[in-house]
Amino acid sequence: MALVEVKDLYKIFGPNPKKAIPLIKKGVSKQDIKKKTGCTVAINSATFEIHRKETFVVMGLSGSGKSTFIRCLNRLIKPTAGQILIDGDDIVTMDNVKLMNLRRRKMSMVFQNFGLLPHRNVVSNVEFGLELSGVDKDERRQKSMEALKLVGLEGFEFSLPSELSGGMQQRVGLARALANDPEILLMDEAFSALDPLIRSQMQDELLELQAKMHKTIIFITHDLDEALKIGDRIAILGPDGRVRQIGTPENILSNPADDYVRKFVQNVDKTKVVTAGTIKRKSPTLTTSKDGPKSALHLMEKHGKSIAFILDSSRILKGLVHIEDVVELKKRGEGDLCSIATQDFYTASPDTSISDLLTAAIETKVPIAVIDDNNTFLGVVDREMIIAEMNDGIDEDSGPTVFSEVLEDETDTTEQE
Amino acid sequence: METIKEILDIGAAFEALINWLRENADWLFDFIAMVVDGFLDGVNWIFQFPPAVLVIVLFTLLAWKASGRGIAIFTAIGFSLILYMGYWSETMDTLSLVIAAVFFALLLGIPLGIWASKSDTAWKVLRPILDFMQTLPAFVYLIPAVLLFRLGPVPGVIATLIFSLPPVVRLTNLGIRQVPVEIIEACRAFGATSNQRLLKAELPVALPTIMAGVNQTIMLALSMVVISGMIGAGGLGNIVLKGITQLRIDMGFEGGISIVILAIFLDRVTQALSHIGKKSRDKK
Repeated sequence: MALVEVKDLYKIFGPNPKKAIPLIKKGVSKQDIKKKTGCTVAINSATFEIHRKETFVVMGLSGSGKSTFIRCLNRLIKPTAGQILIDGDDIVTMDNVKLMNLRRRKMSMVFQNFGLLPHRNVVSNVEFGLELSGVDKDERRQKSMEALKLVGLEGFEFSLPSELSGGMQQRVGLARALANDPEILLMDEAFSALDPLIRSQMQDELLELQAKMHKTIIFITHDLDEALKIGDRIAILGPDGRVRQIGTPENILSNPADDYVRKFVQNVDKTKVVTAGTIKRKSPTLTTSKDGPKSALHLMEKHGKSIAFILDSSRILKGLVHIEDVVELKKRGEGDLCSIATQDFYTASPDTSISDLLTAAIETKVPIAVIDDNNTFLGVVDREMIIAEMNDGIDEDSGPTVFSEVLEDETDTTEQE
Repeated sequence: METIKEILDIGAAFEALINWLRENADWLFDFIAMVVDGFLDGVNWIFQFPPAVLVIVLFTLLAWKASGRGIAIFTAIGFSLILYMGYWSETMDTLSLVIAAVFFALLLGIPLGIWASKSDTAWKVLRPILDFMQTLPAFVYLIPAVLLFRLGPVPGVIATLIFSLPPVVRLTNLGIRQVPVEIIEACRAFGATSNQRLLKAELPVALPTIMAGVNQTIMLALSMVVISGMIGAGGLGNIVLKGITQLRIDMGFEGGISIVILAIFLDRVTQALSHIGKKSRDKK
């Protein structure tokens, strides 16, 4: 079961918001509803699921209702209609005591402008959540210290927030959110107030933290690059408060659901998002235990390749053989392919982005082997495949033009004059 | 015109109200008078009982600790001058009146300010009342105060309390309303009850603004305490009043100087206290 289920959620601001819902359902536009009822539609029929331990990014431009959405999840803002089930409990109709306990134990929030208490030092800011739920002094101090260690703020425990830089203040915000060990972490444009360098650094650290902690993170951002970098799945909100597409970063980049999303993603550097794992192809392989030079040659001829990878019986990569060496081996009458295998080629993990593969791919003549952490062979990636992938989706009109066509165009225009 | 005035005589209506209060709620005013009087006596005893020199030394130390050497030197010289001019007892009377009035004003004003910040309706009701209290000429408070509490220091404290109440209500309200939205949201998101939110976040964050209100209240109280000398509140107000009525320029001037010294001392020390929190917060 999904950890968070959002079902047909609406949030409408203004007088008598319930009145606007039938209008929305009839398909009246946001502007017309505003004119007719004075109500602003912030979230329009959102339905989706957030799985345990994933990083779910909600991405939209300002005014798309993304901040409203994250505030609905812990009911800082009460939705107008719909359900939000967390572990099966609907928080929209939950009573206040239950809601308070949920906020204290299960979910915590990181804010865009940090929301730290200026009169408290770092460690007592981090203790804040624990203090509210009445955890005793020693225990909360100890937990806060651990959280501070996690975000790399040792040595700043007794500084005031105003003495820290923006990036460090947000670490305090993050430590405060982690201190009570919540299951769900809500991050509202958490890195948007930071400058680009620090932002990218914080993103990396969040990814590292997440690899260790496995929280369910719901991250709001207006920055597509950020969304693609940290999101396991992304929901794109349109300007009308409607969810336009939900999917993995690659999924969104390669199959935009509509024109809005397409426009959105067209400027993204695909090479940073598409990974070796997605574009890898099968390649002929030989198995140490059963293949000799004869079957190797047969295989290479059949596939028209001059090389083949050698695996052991459990598909662990052992090396690569060149066709010349196999021929030589056969001439000598020997049978052990391993003796001529070379380890002089590139390998990459399936998570490597193709921009990182490009340099190696240009330099080497043989394909790059894609292997996992245990050296299991998954496939290959070569130069042509990378270029084909990068070429895909490029607007042809803005590409280079053959010179003869340029000349033709010029004569066309002169003729017209 | 005559008849309308007769039917709708605002002044007479107010008078009738005061008379009704005197007849029907006298026990309440007696009780209030008793509490205020007791408090005032206690404060006055603290300042009058020890030798003047010791009090001057303590004031100087306080000024030094709060706002530095300059004000400490000023305090030492200023209060010695008051002692030398022979107005020590009157000055301490005035200081006690101010402290009593401010104490009760804060006791009333801070909760009112918190209430106003939490409820827009409360603020809508309170605002015109505060405007009324602040703009009505100070002397006018003296009349009902005398009628309800008779002559002496108690009506002085009551009139002063009412006159000096508005700033602390206004600035408490303002301070809490100005607490950044994200801090409020953080409190709610981490599951704070409304009391926890008020005590752990809103009041501490609003403290510098509230302290500015306290400072204003103290300064207004000092000016009103002097005026309430007219209803026998005693202290430096008496000296100034005597100076005016008997055309004693020397007395009026000396009394005036004593008030100024007390005012500067109170202002600088309370201002410095209100900045202490802020300073440690803004320090980079």
